Amino acid sequence: MAVRLGLWAAGLGLVAAVAALPAEAQTPKRGGILTYVIPADAPPSFDAHRETTYATIHAAAPYYSVLIRVPPDNPASTTEFVCDLCTEMPTPTDSGKTYTFKIREGVKFHDGSKLTAQDVATSWNYIVFPPKGVTSARVSYYEMVDKVEAPDDTTVVFRLKRATTAFLPALADPYTWIYKKEILEKDPHWYEKNVMGSGPFKMVAYEVGQSIKGERNKDYYHEGQPYLDGIIGIFADKQSVRVDALRADRAAIEFRGLPPSARDQLVKEGGKDIVVQDSDWNCGNILTPNHKKKPFDDVRVRRALALAIDQWKGAPALAKIANVRTVGGIVFPGSPLAATKAELEQMAGFWPDIEKSRAEAKRLLKEAGAEGLKFELLNRNVDQPYKFVGTWVIGEWKKIGLNVEQKVVPTGPWFSNMRAGTFDVAMEANCQSVVNPVLDTGKYLPYKVYPENYGGYDDPKSVELYDKMQTETDPKKQREDMRAYEKHTMDTMVHEIVLLYWYRIVLARSYVKGWKISPSHYLNQDLANIWLDKSP
Amino acid sequence: MTVIAPNSAETLADEMLLRKRGPLRATLDFCRRKPLGTLGLAIMLIMFAAGIFADWIAPFDPEDNDFNAMMQAPDWLHVLGTDQFGRDIFSRLVFGARTAMLVGFGAAGVGGVIGLVLGVASAYFGGWFDLVFQRVLDVLMAFPLIILALAVVSVFGTGVFNVIVAITIPLVPRCGRVVRASALAVREVPYVDAARALGFGHTRIVLRHMVPNVVAPFLILLSAFVGQAILAEASLSYLGLGVQEPVPAWGLMLQGSAEDYATTAPWIAIFPGLAIVLTVLGASLFGDALRDAIDPKLRDR
Repeated sequence: MAVRLGLWAAGLGLVAAVAALPAEAQTPKRGGILTYVIPADAPPSFDAHRETTYATIHAAAPYYSVLIRVPPDNPASTTEFVCDLCTEMPTPTDSGKTYTFKIREGVKFHDGSKLTAQDVATSWNYIVFPPKGVTSARVSYYEMVDKVEAPDDTTVVFRLKRATTAFLPALADPYTWIYKKEILEKDPHWYEKNVMGSGPFKMVAYEVGQSIKGERNKDYYHEGQPYLDGIIGIFADKQSVRVDALRADRAAIEFRGLPPSARDQLVKEGGKDIVVQDSDWNCGNILTPNHKKKPFDDVRVRRALALAIDQWKGAPALAKIANVRTVGGIVFPGSPLAATKAELEQMAGFWPDIEKSRAEAKRLLKEAGAEGLKFELLNRNVDQPYKFVGTWVIGEWKKIGLNVEQKVVPTGPWFSNMRAGTFDVAMEANCQSVVNPVLDTGKYLPYKVYPENYGGYDDPKSVELYDKMQTETDPKKQREDMRAYEKHTMDTMVHEIVLLYWYRIVLARSYVKGWKISPSHYLNQDLANIWLDKSP
Repeated sequence: MTVIAPNSAETLADEMLLRKRGPLRATLDFCRRKPLGTLGLAIMLIMFAAGIFADWIAPFDPEDNDFNAMMQAPDWLHVLGTDQFGRDIFSRLVFGARTAMLVGFGAAGVGGVIGLVLGVASAYFGGWFDLVFQRVLDVLMAFPLIILALAVVSVFGTGVFNVIVAITIPLVPRCGRVVRASALAVREVPYVDAARALGFGHTRIVLRHMVPNVVAPFLILLSAFVGQAILAEASLSYLGLGVQEPVPAWGLMLQGSAEDYATTAPWIAIFPGLAIVLTVLGASLFGDALRDAIDPKLRDR
């Protein structure tokens, strides 16, 4: 069985590799319309500055430009950033506190007007310092920014309060679309319902809940791009509809990610007509014990919960049925700041000897007077991978005598239960876009510092360790500081139990070329480099 | 005006005949005359026994994940195969029978008894109480069973107990309405008047003199409710609003599996589907046969 699965996995890898090779070797062909499916019924609005969902990105990113981004030809890189509207990546001055960007000349908005540094600076000022009545979802990402200025029409200057390695990755956030200054100043809510940018495609039609259509922007500034004549995004929130669309070639690609069962089915049926791209996902499930509820206020109980879970054995098994695969700590496993396997094995929940680990868990429970503890695991009513992972950990806890019931609720009550603290242990996730460990790990700070932490704990030591790490600019020292913060969070205090990182599986018809997968479904979605290897 | 209900008189005669024949003989007669009903009864009894003796019948712990045996086809070790977590499907079906019977008999029993008492009381008291009570039933019956159960689950949350409550509530008016119709006839018979004249309290008249005389339609309803409740539980679990993983439940076993593993591991969906179909069919066949046996109008057809 294991051999058969191994061969199957190897086969899939080969398919992916073979599919990737010709894209680099072949010359892109111009023309054609790309039809893709968007796993949502509709975006809540078209204003990326205020939204946090991929539904907005997948629907409208092709119509906008950004200042910098992850490289479209290597979006899996966690350290490389390239210009989109700027002409070259700047070297910071003023001891790392000032970044000066030169903006491309000759860029036009889709209404024909000229895009200048004023538009870039205004857009960024609305993102970093939103005026009253304007919502910006990512203000906290840019707390290091002091000022954004445009001294002339081709220059944008970012002045920081302090030097930090978190700035450039934050600047490459895919939601930071550049809007027209004149429109923003006249009506800052205009972009919620309208689409008008300077990206590779111009929007031509939008039917709510049905589709969004775009045509090639002939004035696009990246030479030769886009290759496609047009794009059609079809909204389909049901997975079966998306899989059927790919199977019948009514859609060519789905960018968010499908589960392994869909991959196996489509690859089996479609053969060489279906290609698979997969990647670790900058998104992972975490278990949050409610520190305000007994006995989860006792670190021995929290530690026992972590020690019971066999992550090393669970990861490869769950990868066959759910969108998860990689074992990791608080930092995305592909990042230079991530813990190595040897470092992880020193922490609770990652010991290589699971029997020893579970024996220690039982001892701790006994010591804490919590043997045979019965409690509820609050989970989100989303199959992939929340409920799969939830069922797995309940099985692991049973092995140390815990009796856990899963309470699955829709997204709204799931959030409200966590925010109100009405839960025992919650299954949640830490999902980010650009891999930016310094900001991504803010999730593990106490709720007084990071309001989206639901553990209900206060821990000045944790804040102290985080601050030391985030202000450190030497990569080696910063890595050491990250380890100290991680060990404190996951081992010493066990504030959170970090589970498996998600795994992104993107399926496409084999004629879709040029697009490469990234560790986030928010990234690399302007579709400018996609081309179709078939006759129009 | 006093109307003597012929059905009540005949039902009494049946009961007397039953007592005269003895339960064993009556059961044997039922089996001989109603083979399909007997098959239904047998299915229900098998499922009931499976639920009660699940700890002894199931070869594996139904909640134990075994990553070395994920999605294995049926073989000698796992006679019905394993699911995506490597759990033995036969063991989950056997324990799932416990959940189904618990919910099925629990919801049908509680809903039926409440409906019985309220229905008889409504007929007995009549007047404003009957009028208001019937309008409340009208409102509740305006919703299909599964829709009302969905609404109740969304208020109370998921879990076995809440599912029983969710299915019980829609069953109460269905039982109450039918039982009231029978009780209206019983209300007018002389012994109820006699009980009143002797100064018996309302509770005694309703519970001791009226309720026993509407037991026949009640039992028929109850057998139908068991099937409906099992189906409703499976539907709620399938929609993710019933019993939650890793508790074994048939509808939950179907959830996602039919779509995700229909071609690669079809046994994951086939066997729980079969269990639901068989049990509901069994309850339905038994209910029909019981109605035929008890209802004097249908008995000789």
